[in-house]
Amino acid sequence: MSIAVENVSFAAGNNIVVDGVSLDIDKGRILGLLGPNGSGKSSLLRIICRLRKVQSGIVRLGEDDISLIPRAALARRIALVEQQSSTDTQLTARDVVGLGRTPHRGLLSSRSADDDAAVEDALDRVDMLHKANQLWQTLSGGERQRVHIARALAQAPSELLLDEPTNHLDIQHQLEILSLVSRLGITCIVALHDLNLAAMFCDKIAILREGKLVAAGTAGVVLTETLIEDVFGVRAHVERSSVHGRFNIQYRLGQRQSALSDLPSEGGDRTRQSS
Amino acid sequence: MRQVASRCWTWWALAGLCLAASLLLALMVSLAVSIGEMAIPLATTGKAVANRLAGTGFELSRIHEGIVWDYRLSRALVAASAGAALALSGAILQALLRNPLAEPYVLGISAGASTGAVSVMILGVGSGALGLSAGAFVGAAVAFLLVGLLAAGAGGSSERIILCGVAGSQLFNAITSYIVTTSANAEQARGVLFWLLGSLSGVRWPDVSLSAPVALVGFLVCMAHVRALDAFAFGKDAAASLGISVTRVQVILLGTTAAMTAIVVSMVGAIGFVGLVIPHAARFVVGPGHARLLPATAFAGAIFMIGADIISRIIIPQQILPIGVVTALFGAPAFAAILYRARRSA
Repeated sequence: MSIAVENVSFAAGNNIVVDGVSLDIDKGRILGLLGPNGSGKSSLLRIICRLRKVQSGIVRLGEDDISLIPRAALARRIALVEQQSSTDTQLTARDVVGLGRTPHRGLLSSRSADDDAAVEDALDRVDMLHKANQLWQTLSGGERQRVHIARALAQAPSELLLDEPTNHLDIQHQLEILSLVSRLGITCIVALHDLNLAAMFCDKIAILREGKLVAAGTAGVVLTETLIEDVFGVRAHVERSSVHGRFNIQYRLGQRQSALSDLPSEGGDRTRQSS
Repeated sequence: MRQVASRCWTWWALAGLCLAASLLLALMVSLAVSIGEMAIPLATTGKAVANRLAGTGFELSRIHEGIVWDYRLSRALVAASAGAALALSGAILQALLRNPLAEPYVLGISAGASTGAVSVMILGVGSGALGLSAGAFVGAAVAFLLVGLLAAGAGGSSERIILCGVAGSQLFNAITSYIVTTSANAEQARGVLFWLLGSLSGVRWPDVSLSAPVALVGFLVCMAHVRALDAFAFGKDAAASLGISVTRVQVILLGTTAAMTAIVVSMVGAIGFVGLVIPHAARFVVGPGHARLLPATAFAGAIFMIGADIISRIIIPQQILPIGVVTALFGAPAFAAILYRARRSA
C-alpha cells in the first residue's frame, strides 16, 4: 500500500468539502480522481500532501500517519503539481526545477553535485533540457506543465499528486503529459476532468461527488453508463475502443429524462461499434 | 566537471563582489564624512577616525575631529543601516506577498509611526516621558498589530494583507493630518513635515548603536530563510509542498520586517522609495535568487541612502533638504531608467 486515505473529512468554514472518503492505492499505480466541478478533487489532493488539515480521519503514507511526518520530510516523499500555478519572478526553467531540491538541502548548505544531477535528470525525463535556460514567462502552457512535473521529480518523491495537469492544454500535450506520467513508474494520483483520458491512463479510478466517494475501481467497473449519467448528468455510451483497447466514452446529446427511453437495452455488447 | 568548476567560480565571484561592495560602502561613508558645508580632506577624516578607534595621536583641530566623529560619521552609519534595513524589508515583503509593489510602508507601519510621533510632538502624549522616537515606535507597533489583526480576520491571503495595509495607512495618515491641521502652529507644522519626509539631522552615536545591530540581526534572520523565500515564487501552497513551514516563516519574516521598519522610521522618519526601488534594482543586477539578492539589496540600500544624504546636504547651500525628497527625486528616474532598459533587453 502506498497511500491510504481513511474516512477523511474536511470543511472550509461551514462548507463540507470532503466527506468521509476512504481510498487506497498500490505502489507504482496511477489513480485517477474524477468528479464534477467542486466535487472535492483538489481538496482531497491537498489533504493528502497536508496542505489542508483534515477534520477527521487519517492519511497514511506507507505505514506512517502523515500528520506526524515533519513538513520537509513529507516533501521528500510526496510532490504536488498544482494546476496553472505561475509566477512573475524571472526564473529559468532550470531555476524552477531547482526549487524541487528545497526539501533536500540544509539550512546553509549550497547546491551540491547531487542537486545539479537531479535537476538535469528531471529536465531530461520531461524532455525539457533544450529549454532549460529559457525564462518561465517565455514557455508555453504545455512546457510550463512539463517543467512543473520536472520540479516535482527533482523532489525525488515516491508519490506524485497532479491536479488537472492537462487543463488548458491542446490534445497533443494532454496525451504527452499523461503518457509521461504513466511512464514515471511512481505512485501517482491525478485529478482529471476528461473521462476518456482517465480510462486510457489510470489503473484505478475514484469518482467523487459533493465530497463523497461514489465509486472506486478499474475503469470497466466504475465508468458505467448509469454512473456517468448519475454523477455527471450526461448520457453516455461506453465501449471498448478498437484502437487502444481501453474503455471509450461517447456522449449523447439531448435531454436526460426524455431521452432515457432511447437508451439501448441493457447488456448490449460493449465492444460493438457505436451506432 | 563543468558544473563543479562553474560553482567554484561562482563562489569566487560572490566573494569578490561582496568585497567590492564593502569597499564601495566604506568609500561612500568616507565621502559622506568629508563632504559638507565644511569640506574636510579624506586624509583628515581617516586620521580622526584612527584617533578615536585606535588611539593614534594625530594632530587635528578639535572642530574637525568633532565634526567627523560626533556628527558626520554617526550620521553616515545611521543612513547606511536605515537604507539597508528598509531595502531588505522591501525585498522580503515582495517575496512573501508575491507583489512587486509591496514595501515596508504598504503594511501601514510608517503611517502608524508618523501618527505616534505627531501625537508626542504636538499633542504632548506621554508628557515628556515618551520621546519622539519612542512615540513613533509605539505608533508603528500599534499600526502593525491592527493591520495584522485585520488581515488575519480577512483571510490572510497576500492581496488581503496589502489591502488591509492600504486601509491602515490611509487611516493613520488621516489621523496625522487631523492632528496637524487642528492642533499645530505654523512652526510645529513645518517641523512635522520635515520629520514626515525623513530627516537624518540630529542622529548621534546612540542611534548608531541601535540601528546598526537591528540592520545586522535583521539581515542575518533574513539570510537564514533564503531557501524559503525562493520557494515562495509559486505561492504559499507551492512553498508548503516544498517542505516550507509557511506560517512560521511568514510570522518570523513579517515580524522582522515590521521591527526593522518601526525602528528605522522612529529614528529618521518616513523615508520613502528605498524599500520599493532598491530590491527591484538589485534584482535586475543579480537575479531573483535570494541568496544573492538579499546581500545585494542590503548593500545597495545602504549605499543609496548615504548618497541621498550627501545630496540632501549639498544640493542647496545653507539648507538641508528632507532626505525623503532626495530619495524620491533621484530614485524615481533611476527606477524608470532601469525598467526601460530591462524591457528592451527582455
